Order: sequence, then C-alpha cells, then structure tokens
Amino acid sequence: MNAPVANKLVLRRSYFEASARARVAAVLDAGSFREFLPPEASEPSPHLAVLDIPGAFDDGVIVGSATLGGRPVLVIAQEGQFMGGAVGEIHGAKIVGLLRRAVQEKPAAVIFMADSGGVRLHEANAGLIAISEVMRAVLDTRAAGVPVIALVGGSCGAFGGMGIVSRLCSAIVMSEEGRLALSGPEVIETVAGVEEFDSKDRALVWRVTGGKHRYLTGDCAELVEDDAASFRDGAIALLAGWQEPVPASSTLRAEQTRLTERRQRFAGLRDGLEVWQALGVAEPRQIPLMDRDSLVALKKGLPA
Amino acid sequence: MEKLEFRFPAQPATPAAGAALCGVVGSGNLEILIRPGDEADACVVSVKTSARGFGRIWEAVIAEFAARHAAGGTRIAINDMGATPAVVSLRLGQALGEYTGGVQ
Repeated sequence: MNAPVANKLVLRRSYFEASARARVAAVLDAGSFREFLPPEASEPSPHLAVLDIPGAFDDGVIVGSATLGGRPVLVIAQEGQFMGGAVGEIHGAKIVGLLRRAVQEKPAAVIFMADSGGVRLHEANAGLIAISEVMRAVLDTRAAGVPVIALVGGSCGAFGGMGIVSRLCSAIVMSEEGRLALSGPEVIETVAGVEEFDSKDRALVWRVTGGKHRYLTGDCAELVEDDAASFRDGAIALLAGWQEPVPASSTLRAEQTRLTERRQRFAGLRDGLEVWQALGVAEPRQIPLMDRDSLVALKKGLPA
Repeated sequence: MEKLEFRFPAQPATPAAGAALCGVVGSGNLEILIRPGDEADACVVSVKTSARGFGRIWEAVIAEFAARHAAGGTRIAINDMGATPAVVSLRLGQALGEYTGGVQ
C-alpha cells in the first residue's frame, strides 16, 4: 500500500517529553552511539545514599561517542527526570572526563544535551565544585578548537550553573519549549517576592526564559521545533562550516561591552513583551502565538 | 529509603545483550537494570525504594513476574521513586524484553 505523500503522517518525537536515552538515540546517527561508563559500570551517587535517597545507575547523565551527519562527535545527555538533571559529583565528573577526552581526540564537536536545574544541592560543595569544573572544561575544549553545541529543549531547561555552562558553549540550539536563565522562576519568587516575579504565571516564565525570547535576544543561535529530528537538523546545520574562534581578550572585551550596553538598553523592562517591543517587534503580543518559521522570518526583518 | 532483596525460582532466560536498562528514577517511575546472574534457574532482585513499608507488595509483584516469565539466570537491580505496582510490572516486562532481545 503506497499512500500519497500528501497524506503521509509526519510523526514527531517530542524532544521535551523524551528521556535522555531516547534523545541520544533520536538525535545522533542511528546506531552510532557507544556509551562510556554504561549503567552497569557506573556508580550511583554516594552522597544521595548517605541521605537515604535512591540514586540512578548513571547518576543522571549519559556520555559517549557517536556520529552526527557522518562526523565523529562526543555526546553528553542529562536526564531531567532524575533529580531535575541536577549536577552532582559523579554526574559532573562524567561530563568533565568526556570534555577532557574531546581535548585529546578532537572530534568534530561535543553535543551537550542540557536538561538541568543546576547544582545538585544535596551534594553541597561537591556539586558546586563539579559544576565549576564543567565550566572550565567547556572553555578548555573550545580553546582546543572543538566546538561545544548545547541543545536546550528539555523539561528542566538550563538553569543555575547549567545556565552558565550553556552560555559558555560555542552555540545553543533551542526549542520554544526550552528555557534558559540563571536563577529559576521559583528561586526569584522565593527571594524577591511574588510582586517581583510570579513563578506560577507560566506564560510570563516563557516570555522571559523561553526559546523564542532567547532567539530574539540572540542568546541562542538556532530555534527549532520541539522534535528530536529538528534538534538533529539544527545541530548539523550549525556545525556545517563552523570554525571555533581562537580565544582572544579583545573578543571577550567586545562581548562584555555588548552585554553591558544590552543591560542598559533593557534596564527597567519587566516582561519579554517590553523587550521585544524595544527590539523593534511591531506586535509583541503575537510572538507567543507564532510558529517557528514565522518567528525566524520576523527576526531576519528586525533592525540590527 | 528501604532496601529489599528477593530470590525467586524462574525458567532460564536467554540473554541477547550483556545488560539491559529501562526506565528513569523520576517521580512515580523506576529504573531496572538486568544483568546475568549466578543461578540459571533463579531470578535475584535487589530493590532500593524511596517509599518505605511496601515490602509485601514488592514481593507479590516480583513473584508474579518470576512465575510468568523465563527470567532465570538474572540479577535485577531496581532504583525506585514511588512507582505503582502496575508500572513496576510493565517495566519488569520491558526490561526483560530488552535483555532477551525481544520487544524494545
């Protein structure tokens, strides 16, 4: 039975809903993934055991090698469903070990599927040290000429230390569903009060942390649909012809100046709607309703 | 956290892979790791669960699994975050399916 192409169902596999292992299987070349420290060889967190909390065999992160579009890559995938993807000691050590391997092996890229609220607070200093080591390792990897591409589209987004790690990467591929920020909405509400930020206002949360906002402000390089195949295509497109820049203090200073000016320009704005208006979007209220392709077209027409 | 250990007689399983993992240690869910065991006609299960006081229910669910499936010669490790008995049964079947190369 050959159904007409027009009637063919286009099946989507939600990246947001998928587990880390399902994402690894769907984003990379089929059957190419080889896991380092698989669950039967890895160790659950000793810190969680002391606190009488069941651990995960892989401590919530999968690392390994694969190919993407035929090119060799090293891969990190955080499992957001386990403790919010939070970075503990073993979790962090697996990521750092993989990035150090990238410095030695020089694959075409490291694909970092981030899905994490940041440091695993149960592990206190061990978790904080782990995430600072991850930050350093990302920069070392980039300095060795290996691009690190962050994919942000999981249910936990990328917050706290993992928000910083994501922005330290060479580039970010994001879906509308993904979220990226430093302090999470509930943290802000707890510290500064509901008048400052209402974490239960989901639309507001997405207007200030979500993929569309990050795309319009230039914090993510690619905006893709919530579909594992779209993340795959986005990462391949980004890597085609990518040349990792040689680190230089002049480029860092220029970036610092750009961010300082941006901060001054948007000072006092309290909602993504206001930021989008300041960016030159004629009808900011339409942004949350737009599909991905329309938004990408709209951004192209904005003043530089 | 409660740690439970069980051993049930079961028909020998025929592994297709060295180990199989399924599930995630998330709320209402669990992960199951199946590896080859030492006794061909027994299924040895160790459980770490966040929910205390459900030992008899675990025993019943795993006994039923061992009786219904050829799961002998296996060592099964479970990390649980409050999965219901139905979810545990489904995941056990799924994990064994992957271990023996059947339904993914």
